[in-house]
Formats: sequence, C-alpha cells, structure tokens
Amino acid sequence: MKLGVPVRAAILSGALFLVFVSVWQLAVSGGATSTAGMDPEYAKLMGQTAKGASAVPGPSTIAVELLRHLADPFYDAGPNDKGIGIQMGYSLIRVLLGFSIAAVVAIPLGFVIGMSPLAYRALDPFIQILKPISPLAWMPLALYTIKDSSASAIFVIFICSLWPMLVNTAFGVASVRVEWLNVAKTLEAGRIRTALRVILPAAAPTIMTGMRISIGIAWLVIVAAEMLVGGTGIGYFVWNEWNNLSITNIIVAILFIGVFGLVLDQILAHLTRMVTYAD
Amino acid sequence: MFLWRTWQSAEHDAELEAQSPARVDPVDPVQSDVDTLTARCVETAVLQSIFGGDAGRRNFLRAVGASTALAAVSQVFPLDAAKALAAEAKGKLEKTKLDVGFVPITCATPIIMAHPMGFYAKHGLDVSVIKTAGWAVARDKSLSGEYDAAHMLTPMPLAISMGAGSTASPWTMPAVENINGQAITLAMKHKDKRDPKQWKGMRFAVPFDYSMHNFLLRYYVAEHGLDPDKDIQIRVLPPPEMVANLRAGNVDGYLAPDPFNQRAVYDGVGFIHLLTKEIWLNHPCCAFAASKKFVTDMPNTFIALYKSVIEATQYANKPANRKEVAKAISPKNYLNQPVTVVEQVLTGTYADGLGNVQKEPDRIGFDPFPWHSMAVWIMTQMKRWGYIKGDVNYKAIAEEVYLATRAREVMAEMGIAAPESTYTKHTIMGRVFDPDQADAYSKSFVIGRSA
Repeated sequence: MKLGVPVRAAILSGALFLVFVSVWQLAVSGGATSTAGMDPEYAKLMGQTAKGASAVPGPSTIAVELLRHLADPFYDAGPNDKGIGIQMGYSLIRVLLGFSIAAVVAIPLGFVIGMSPLAYRALDPFIQILKPISPLAWMPLALYTIKDSSASAIFVIFICSLWPMLVNTAFGVASVRVEWLNVAKTLEAGRIRTALRVILPAAAPTIMTGMRISIGIAWLVIVAAEMLVGGTGIGYFVWNEWNNLSITNIIVAILFIGVFGLVLDQILAHLTRMVTYAD
Repeated sequence: MFLWRTWQSAEHDAELEAQSPARVDPVDPVQSDVDTLTARCVETAVLQSIFGGDAGRRNFLRAVGASTALAAVSQVFPLDAAKALAAEAKGKLEKTKLDVGFVPITCATPIIMAHPMGFYAKHGLDVSVIKTAGWAVARDKSLSGEYDAAHMLTPMPLAISMGAGSTASPWTMPAVENINGQAITLAMKHKDKRDPKQWKGMRFAVPFDYSMHNFLLRYYVAEHGLDPDKDIQIRVLPPPEMVANLRAGNVDGYLAPDPFNQRAVYDGVGFIHLLTKEIWLNHPCCAFAASKKFVTDMPNTFIALYKSVIEATQYANKPANRKEVAKAISPKNYLNQPVTVVEQVLTGTYADGLGNVQKEPDRIGFDPFPWHSMAVWIMTQMKRWGYIKGDVNYKAIAEEVYLATRAREVMAEMGIAAPESTYTKHTIMGRVFDPDQADAYSKSFVIGRSA
C-alpha cells in the first residue's frame, strides 16, 4: 500500500523534528559541571554556567518548563509576575486593537487613493517616506506625545499595520478591471453603489492579503514594543526572563509566539479564501 | 495646663507617633502643634462628656492628676481609637492606590521590599511596584504621570528639573536609596588588564547618561589619564541587558548597578574589577523621586510614602536584616534573580569572579539623607562633561530638587538622627570636593569639556 503525499510529509516532518531534538539534547548534555580547582566556599556562590554547564538548556528542560506554564497559564502573582496566558492575552488585545484601528483608517483611505489618480499621485510621496520607517522608531515619539505606554504600544501596532493594508487596498481598487466598471456605468450605478457592489468584491482578495501581511508584521512588532515599554504582554515576559538570563523561559516564549502567530495568520488566510473568486 | 504638657511629653507623643503615620505633616511647622491640639480636643471632649462641665473636669484633674485621669478613662473608653480616628480625618490620604516604578536592580531595594515586607501597607498605602525596562522609559512614564513616584538615579531629578536630556519639568528627590553598591565589571578575557591605563580602545556600558555610573566611570578613567570621550567608548545599556552584552562581547566591561555585576560573575562571564566604594566611599546612587506636583498636591500621601520608604531604607541598612531582604526581593515579581546572587550583593560576602571570596560588608548601604553637596558634585560633573552649559547656580538647584531639609524634619519626627548641615565635603579618589567652590572645582580638571 502506498501512502499519500500528506501522510508521508507528516511522517517526514515528525522524523525531522525528532532528529533535531535529539541532536540538540546531545549537544547540550555534553558539558558536565565541575568544581575542580574551586574553593568550595567560592563554588557555592557561583552558578551552573560558571562551572561548565551549557548556557543553553536541552529540549527536555524546555518541555518541563513548557508543561509548567501550560498547567497554570492564568496565575496572577502581582503586577510584574503573571501567567503566560494573561501575558498572551495582553499582547493579543494590543495587536487586535492597533490592527483594527489601522484597518478602519487604511481601507477607506486606500479606496480613495485607488479610485482617484489625483489622490494617488498626491499622497504617494508621503506613503513612500513613511512606509519604510521601522515602527519601533516611532516609540520614543509616541511615548513622549501620547504620554501613555500602553497606548503607545497600540499606536506602534497601528502605524506598522497601516501601510501594507493601505497600499494593497489602493492597488486592489486601482486594478479592478475597466470592463466591470464600464458595465457598472452602463447600468447607471452611482459612485457609492459601484464602490460597494463592484469594486469592493473585486478588490477584496487583495485587501485581505494586505491585512494578512499587516497582522504578521503587527505580531512581530508587539514583542519588540513590549520589550521596550515593559509592564505586560509576551514581550515583557521575554524581557523579564532575559533579565534573569533564563534561556529556557525565553525559548518557551518563542514557541508560544510562533504558535499564536501561526493561528493569527491562518485565520486571515481562511478569510482571504472566503472572498477569493475565480476570474 | 502644665499638667497637660507633662502628660503629653511623657506618653502621648511617642505613643501616637507609632500609631498613625500619616497624621503629622511636616510641610507646615505648626502642623504638629495642630495635631497635638486635635488629640487634646478629643481627650477634652471625652472627659467633658464624662464629667459634665469644664469646672467639674478641672476639679477632678486637679485632684488626681491628668495622666491618672486619662489612664482611668481609657480603661472604659477607647481613647486611642478616638484619637486615631480624629487624626485620620485631618491627615486624610488624598490617594491610597499608587503606582511606583522601579528598575530591577538592588539599588531599588527599599522601594521594592516595602511592598512584600509591608512598609507601604503599614502607612495605609496600596502601592503597586511596577517593573520598568530602563531609565529612559522610567523617566517618560514619570513625566507622563503613569507613575506617582519612581526609583531614579540621583542625577535624574536634577537633569529633569534643568531640562537636560528631557523636557524641563520641576522634579524633586526626597530621599537617596542606596549608597555604594555599584562596581566595575570586566569580561573574563581582560583578566590581566587591571590597570585602567591599559583600557584604551575598550568599550564600556553605563545604565544611563545621567547616572552616577557614568560620572564615576568618567571620573575614574580620567584620574588614570584616559579621556572617556576619546580613549574609551561609553555607551548606554539598560542594566538587564548588560550581562547578555558582556557575554556576546559587545562591551568589554561596565560600571553598573548590582545584581548585574554579581550576575556576570555567577554566570562566569566577567569578574569584579572594583567596587565603587573605592572611588568615593558612601557615594549616592539611586533615589526615590517624585514630581514637585505630587509633593505639593498630595502632601499627606507623599509623607506616608516618604515615611514608608525611609523606614524600609533604615531596615535594609541593618546587616542583620540583609538575608531576609534578599529573599524578599529576589522573586519573579521583583528582581527575578537567583537568591544567592542578591544575597552576595547585600551581605557583601561575594565571589569576585577570579576565584576569591571577598568580604566587604559595606559593599552596599542604604542611607536616605539627600545631601545638597552630593547634588552639587553631580552638577559639577554634568558641567565638566558638557551635559549642561553656561553658568550653573549649583546651590539653588540643589536646594530646589534635593529635599534635604524636608528629609531632616521627617527623619527627626521618626526618631532617626539626621545630619545638621545639608552640605559637607566629600573625598573622591583622594581629592577633596568643597561644595562652596563648585565652579572652580568643575574647571579644575585637566580632562574635561568645560574649559
């Protein structure tokens, strides 16, 4: 019996993962700790790394830590120590808020730009200059003017989600087939009606692609933004563990960030498929 | 009348002091009189209600003596509770829920420990101590009012008030947190470069431009003939990122707050070259700072917070308490460090990274008094390195920002001995600094930008 490609791919993925994990485990379990040549009183004051242990934890250590976090993801032990579930929640809310505000601004504006060659030409230089700015470069300015660290983080998400949506919407709207617009004209549809009934469905896949790019970027940026301002969120979690040089927890956080990023991306990919049409 | 006074000085003051911390407000010198008056009114009212008129009460008091009378009355009437109630109504806290920011370093010990060890709660405050990523963010969050008060570096309130590296906003520094407690840490590969003259071309990190770390490192290398702006590189790194950068070889060393010196040793990344107490014994480092607005708009809250911090500082300074304090501030919610690292910093029995156990009990100390002369020294260094330009009215700014007079009043009230004068001479690497000759001092250095 011959297995189908998806099954074989899954088996191969699993095998690759196992090889990767075993090599990793072998690589880090080499250096045994030794206090030879150390005064015992001195050795007591030193950490494991100083005694020769690897600074990078093995996968088994990480699995244990991961399970510990999963067992109690929503504990709250004070303003600076919350469960990873709560931290994820904070980050998600920030991303969704910033992203939604960006969508509300970018899609109508993108429509205007896409429908009017004049607006397109006039706004293009601004968009081209603002688009390549790293969103984190806005952070000091945001902190200074908004005077609220949480709102600043949301602003940074907003500004980084804005451009891909704006540019994609404008592009999608501008490249709607002329024939369709002409048909609409023949049928004497008004501007608004044309926009909503012809252009929007036609440009929807491009707009959704822009949104998908945006949410990916937003999720990348939130971690960095939260590392900067601190307080709450998965970025703060990473920073707090970096503060303690706990590589184990940082890797755990990386896994969480990856999984959540994947989920967000898949949701938008699914939405994109829903509005896609065959030409 | 005489009887009343004797009674008051004997029991009343000491007893009430301990009971209701927020009661006395030293903003106003007549305030404590008002307080005793309030307490006395309560007593009078109670006695009056028992004995009917004033005359009957006077006769009774004359007969048995006031303290006996009050002691007798307090058997049947909760006099202390009544007094505390009345006092509370007057010195009411304007706000009890406060956010206080801190950067996770041992300098902030009093501000942090006051939370788990209950010093804030004791003074009726519900304080959240919020961890902050670095000094720039701490400054911005303080300026924006997100923090009611914050742990800052001693030069920061001066810089913020003068508008150096920030928008000018009147800031105050009611208390110093810690003295000493910093160190120069070098990467292991520089084990043999113990003479600063060999440091040419090396890259160092300090936690902030306006920090004692920056000024002490500059002073130290300059005394050894190196120009800190030309011969070495100094860059700003938030303390928590220092060990990682030292390990990665991004910096060769740093003059930084603990636990990151000890942490570098603990992880085998670096060794402790010098404790800063060798540069300037009992130098100030970090501070408890608040905006002038907070101090004037919420006097009662401010005093309650002030007293909790001073009390915590006093407690932390006792060597016998250091292990307990280390345990209280190490968890994830606060410093997020292994207890042994924090303990080594606080007890001064530590591994130096070169295979020796050192015993320096005064590695870090906690002393709240904000000497004006310290502020003046800091400004001479800001002037020396070009952070501020033009003529500086050293003493006026120092007295405006460092609340030394206020500190003395509050400390006296709490029964803590405070220095008489707010200026003193300091000795830094053998050179005497006289706060009366600040301008000449700032220009007296061979290496510097102010010539």
